[in-house]
Amino acid sequence: MLRIDNLTKRYKTGDTALKSVDLEIPRGQVLALIGPSGAGKSTLIRCVNRLVEPTEGKVSLDGLELTTLGTGELRRARRRMGMIFQEYALVERLSVMENVLSGRLGYVSFWRSFTRRFPQEDVTEAYRLLERVGLDHMADKRADELSGGQRQRVGICRALIQDPALLLVDEPTASLDPKTSRQIMRLICELCAERDLAAIINIHDVLLAQMFARRIVGLQLGEIVYDGDPDGLTADKLTLIYGEEDWEATIEKVDDEDDESSVEAELEAAL
Amino acid sequence: MSENSAFTRGWKRPPLIASPWLRWGLLIGGMVYLVLAFGTLDVNWDRVSAGLPRAQRFLGSFFPPDFTSRWEDIYIGIFESLWMTVVSTVVGIAVSIPVGLGAARNLSSRPVYLFCRGVLAVSRTFPEIILALFAVKLFGFGPFAGIIALSIATIGFYGKLLAEDIEDMDPVQAEAIKSTGASWLQWLNYSVQPQVMPRMIGLGLYRLDINFRESAVVGIVGGGGIGATLLTSFDRYEFDSAAAILLVIIGIVMLVEYSSGYIRQWVQ
Amino acid sequence: MSAKQQGELKVWQRRTPIQHWLNWAGWFIAVAIFVYCWQLVSDKTVWMFVWDAPSQASDMASRMVPPKWSYMSSLWRPVWDTINIATLGTMMAVVMAFPVAFLAARNTTPSVRFVRPVALFIIVSSRSINSLLWALMLVSIIGPGILAGVIAIGLRSIGFCAKLLYEAIEEIDESQVEAIVATGASGTQILNFGIVPQILPAFAGISVFRWDINIRESTVLGLVGAGGIGLQLNASINTVSWTQVSVILLVILATVIVSEWVSARVRHAII
Repeated sequence: MLRIDNLTKRYKTGDTALKSVDLEIPRGQVLALIGPSGAGKSTLIRCVNRLVEPTEGKVSLDGLELTTLGTGELRRARRRMGMIFQEYALVERLSVMENVLSGRLGYVSFWRSFTRRFPQEDVTEAYRLLERVGLDHMADKRADELSGGQRQRVGICRALIQDPALLLVDEPTASLDPKTSRQIMRLICELCAERDLAAIINIHDVLLAQMFARRIVGLQLGEIVYDGDPDGLTADKLTLIYGEEDWEATIEKVDDEDDESSVEAELEAAL
Repeated sequence: MSENSAFTRGWKRPPLIASPWLRWGLLIGGMVYLVLAFGTLDVNWDRVSAGLPRAQRFLGSFFPPDFTSRWEDIYIGIFESLWMTVVSTVVGIAVSIPVGLGAARNLSSRPVYLFCRGVLAVSRTFPEIILALFAVKLFGFGPFAGIIALSIATIGFYGKLLAEDIEDMDPVQAEAIKSTGASWLQWLNYSVQPQVMPRMIGLGLYRLDINFRESAVVGIVGGGGIGATLLTSFDRYEFDSAAAILLVIIGIVMLVEYSSGYIRQWVQ
Repeated sequence: MSAKQQGELKVWQRRTPIQHWLNWAGWFIAVAIFVYCWQLVSDKTVWMFVWDAPSQASDMASRMVPPKWSYMSSLWRPVWDTINIATLGTMMAVVMAFPVAFLAARNTTPSVRFVRPVALFIIVSSRSINSLLWALMLVSIIGPGILAGVIAIGLRSIGFCAKLLYEAIEEIDESQVEAIVATGASGTQILNFGIVPQILPAFAGISVFRWDINIRESTVLGLVGAGGIGLQLNASINTVSWTQVSVILLVILATVIVSEWVSARVRHAII
């Protein structure tokens, strides 16, 4: 469904963030993108919806070539790609509802969005999504009154109300505690399964990646050095991605249970 | 090194500027400047001493000030100053919004940025009174010239601060709205506006305050407002009326400042 | 809240109906005030002059070029005077603002009930009256000349400097003061060792900032006879010597730019 061919990004400073990356993601697949800081994970997903302009290469979504689109077409294409951010990226002075509805901006006219008169279907869908993530009672709170986990849930609703085919997820758990991190990851994966969504999840926590994603791609200095299932991620492979380190503790398989003991185990493993 | 010497060492506060050359140079330079500056002050001491009783009379005229004998003029002048303030603030801010958007580096393209920055720099350079001087030459005497001068000054002030505020906003929130496929106007409305609005409302009120104070001045060169009345009363040495006008100005400025504090808290 | 149930549908509006109407009423009143004020402007304006203004402006501009550079030689003295007015005026203001600020700051004032209001009133009256009005007053009292300009700038700047300074004093770190008090220091010693070191950078920054503003303001004091380059500007405009006016404007521009540069450099060095 999403095809990335020979994608290269060089910044004006001369840094090459991506070196001819090829990647193909079928419908409904959740893919975790791991790698050290500066490996180009963020750049890769931002090149997909062109928040960062790629230098070379092609990105196509369902056969539609994204890299050559004009502004209007790009906006229409962006509606099909929901994005979830590390620091939640909610507009803090808007209410939760306005933040969720901002996911529909690509569909409604300026005047409607300006007067906040969104179509009733959108509002109904927004309430449904908020209910799904357990926040429907918070709809009229201001976004900066929410806790980290709650904000990230609102961020997820904003991405989903776009009715996307693909989710681009940028370090969804980096600002969250271990337990909330797992809840958020589980929520994203469940929602992807419910709606048959593909997702690229940037994540630096290898353990979480192994736990939730069915496919792992390792990025190092802008190049893909690992592409396979979570079980194949051995100490050697991790060394290849991150460099020399004792990986035994990380690889240790942890049950996907939400009880306190497993969180503690994970905490210990992380330490 | 014997231990004793450590105890007998004196201590002096280290000088502010480490290099002795620079330190003494600045000191001597400063002294020379002051001598020259005072030397060229050209004070006409006779005139100053003649002024002392007048100063006394002026101060005395505050107790009590005379609101009544020129009340008609004061009322008309203050009222004119007030509506000039309102119009020039509204017009100035309305114009400065597009200019400010254009002058924000993260919003506009290079040529637009340079053009808008240029506009802001030009409108900021000259004091209101010089702008008023030229406006009076172009538009004739009266409040319209004053309004033009105050509006131009407002554009320079408000546009620059707006542009800086937009440049300082959180780029991730802006990116998030962009990634939903929002159009440029929607993007402004949903990510830029909420971020800059509270501060800009505060600055708008502050500018209202400044414009009122300045509107009292443009009248001196014929730009309307209370300034002309004040000039007349000084020229006629009617200090008690002048005192009344000054007290009214101070009162209104205090009122505006006080209420804008409340409004600012309310929009936070 | 603004969500309400309508049969099956959950409707969302940004504001409750009452807020909605208050919002409209607020805008209506604001627009009405503006229209009313505009009406007053319109009554007092000879629109014929306004429509004629563009041609007047171009006429004026054409008469301003080329600037009469030879006039520069008689401008050096006024520029020197302008700078002196600003510098001496700032010095005067700073010296007087220092005690006023200590009397106005909540944590250093000898009496919150009696002394503080007096200090605040000094600050407000100094700030609300423009330096040009102060100059007008002083020229009428002690006669035209540079001295009137210096005092006018000084009186106007007391309020500004004292306001910023007392805000800085109120924000000082109390624990440092406490530490000095604990040593058994006297009142002035506390001031000298506990408070002054903390506000000195702010104090220097404020002085330089105000000096920069004062350069701008002292360029126009001549319009009311208080010395400086404004005198020449007024005279040249009255005698319609437009080529001299353009030289003066350029000189003012240069002075302002240089003073801005100097103040930025000095502030940078201090902070």
